[in-house]
Amino acid sequence: MKLNGKAWKFGDDISTDLIAPGRYFHLRSDLNELAKHVLEDADPQFASKVGKGDFVVGGRNFGLGSSREHAPTIIKLAGVSCVLAKSFARIFFRNAINIGLPAIECDTDKIASGDELEINLENGVIRNATKKIDLKFAPLPKAMTRILQDGGLVEHIKKHGDFKIE
Amino acid sequence: MSEHSGKDVKADDFVIAKVDLCLLQDGTGPLAVRQLEELGIKRVVNPQGVAVFLDHAAPSPRKELSNDHITLRNFARKTGSYIFEIGEGVCHQIMSELFTSPGDVLVGADSHTCTGGALGAFATGMGSTDVAVAMGLGKTWFRVPRTIKVVVNGKFKSGVYAKDFMLYLIGSLGAEGATYKALEFTGEAMTSLPMSERLVISNMAVEAGAKTGIFASDKITKTYLKQHGREEKYREMKSDKDAKFEKEIDIEVDKLAPMVSLPHTVDNAKPVDKIGKIKVHQVFIGSCTNGRIEDLRLVADLWKGRKRDPDTRVIVTPASKDIYLMAAKEGLLEAFIEFGAAVTTPGCGACVGVHGGILGDGENCLSTSNRNFLGRMGNPKSFIYLASPATAAASAIKGEITDPREYV
Repeated sequence: MKLNGKAWKFGDDISTDLIAPGRYFHLRSDLNELAKHVLEDADPQFASKVGKGDFVVGGRNFGLGSSREHAPTIIKLAGVSCVLAKSFARIFFRNAINIGLPAIECDTDKIASGDELEINLENGVIRNATKKIDLKFAPLPKAMTRILQDGGLVEHIKKHGDFKIE
Repeated sequence: MSEHSGKDVKADDFVIAKVDLCLLQDGTGPLAVRQLEELGIKRVVNPQGVAVFLDHAAPSPRKELSNDHITLRNFARKTGSYIFEIGEGVCHQIMSELFTSPGDVLVGADSHTCTGGALGAFATGMGSTDVAVAMGLGKTWFRVPRTIKVVVNGKFKSGVYAKDFMLYLIGSLGAEGATYKALEFTGEAMTSLPMSERLVISNMAVEAGAKTGIFASDKITKTYLKQHGREEKYREMKSDKDAKFEKEIDIEVDKLAPMVSLPHTVDNAKPVDKIGKIKVHQVFIGSCTNGRIEDLRLVADLWKGRKRDPDTRVIVTPASKDIYLMAAKEGLLEAFIEFGAAVTTPGCGACVGVHGGILGDGENCLSTSNRNFLGRMGNPKSFIYLASPATAAASAIKGEITDPREYV
C-alpha cells in the first residue's frame, strides 16, 4: 500500500495530553467533535490545516502518557494516514495499530513540515519528494502487520473470530 | 507469561495469554463498550474478573460524562461485571485492595494499570479496543518484555520516600528508558518497603515507558492480602533463578535527596535543594500514586498545629472510600480542614484535568500525582511539579517548594 501526503512536523515527547487534552474529556463519546481539537496544545491550528492523507511526524517517544485510544483515533479521524516518529510510547503504538493507523519508526530528522512524502508500507521506503531522498524503515512485527492489514483489531477479530497473528 | 500462554516463553516471543483481570474506567470504558458492541459480543468471558470504575469524573461535572456513566452502569448490569460508583475511589487503588493477586495477568484501559506489579502480578495498560477484546475473548496478545533489574540497596534517609526514588530513577532512565520492557525491583531497600510504597514505584513504571514494574511476592504481599481479606490468594512469584536480564541498574538509596520533577516531563527530575525558589499556587495531595492512608497520616502529622500559606490553596483527595473512612476515624480530616485544605471525593479528577483542581493561567501546582505534562491538569498555560507527600505538605506551609527535611 502506498500513501501520499504532506508532513506536519512535531517535536519530542508529544504526550496524549497534547494530542487529546483532558479538558475535552467530555467529548470522548463524540469523536468527530474531539477530533477538532487534535494536537491542539502542540499546534493550535493543526486541525484546520491538516489535509486528507497527510502525515503526523514526531520525534522521540511519540504518544507517551495515558492509554487513551482516543489519541490515535482522532489523529486518524482528522484525515492523517500514517504517524512517523523516531520512537513511540508502547501503548500509543499498540493503539494506533489496533485502530488501523500505521505507525512507522524512522529517522524523522530528515523530514520537515511541508515535505511531500510517499510511503510504501510493504517495502519499507519513505520517498521524501521535497528533499529528494529515500528513508528506510523496519517492517512491523508480523502480529501487528496482520492486525493492520485487516484494518485494525476489531476487523481482525470479526474476520477470524479469534487472534490470528502467527 | 508461560503459565498463561501454555508454553515456555522467553523475552521477545509473541504469545496469546489468558487474562485474569480487566479494568475499565470512565474515560476509556465507554469506547471499550462500543468496540465490544461493534464486535457483536454481548457477554464477557469472566464477569468476576471485570471491574468498571467511575473515577475520572466523580461526581460527574458535565451531562456528557453523566451519559458515559449510564453507558458503563448498563454494561456492568448486562454483563454481571463489577461496578464501582463515584466516591468509591481510584481504579488502581481498589484493584490493589480487592482484586489483584500475585501471578495474575491484569490488563486495564488505563496506563497506570502497572500499579498491580507491586503485588507480583503482570499488570499493564492498554487501549479500549485491546481491553474490549480481552473481556470478550478472555485473552490477549503480548510480546514478552525484556527485563531491566533494578537493585536498590541501603536505607531511605529521613524525608526521602519511594516517590523520590522513582522520580530519581525515571530521571536517570529517561521517559523512554524502559519502553517495551519490564522493570523488576529488588535489593534490601525494596524488599523492606511496605506495600504502600511498592505501589508508588510500580505505579510510575510507565513514566519510564515500561510495560510493567514488578516486585517478587513475599510476606509483605501476604500481609497486605490478609488485611484486605484475601490471604488465600497469596502465592509465591519470583523471577527464575536462571532469568536473563537485559541489564542491571544498582542504586544506593542512602544517597538520594527528596526529588522534584519540573514541568513538563516526569524525567525532568532534580533534588529539591537544587531548584531554587518556586512559588506554589496549589498543592494537590492524592491520586493512584500518593493518595493512600500512609501518605495522609504523614501529611496530617506534618501539618499539626500549622496553617497553610495564605496564598497557597490545598486539595487533599483520598484514593479510596476505605482510605477516606480511615482518615475520618483517625482524625486526619480534621487536621486537613483546620490546616486550610479542601478535602474532595476519592477520584482522579484533579490529576487528569477533568474537574476539581484545574489551574489558572501561569499558576504552579505541586502535585503528588504521576504526570506533569503540559495541559495535564486542564490548562496548557499552567505548570505542574511532582513530589512526595512530605515535600507537598512542607510546601503548602511555606507557599513555595520546600525541602521536607526542614520538618520531618
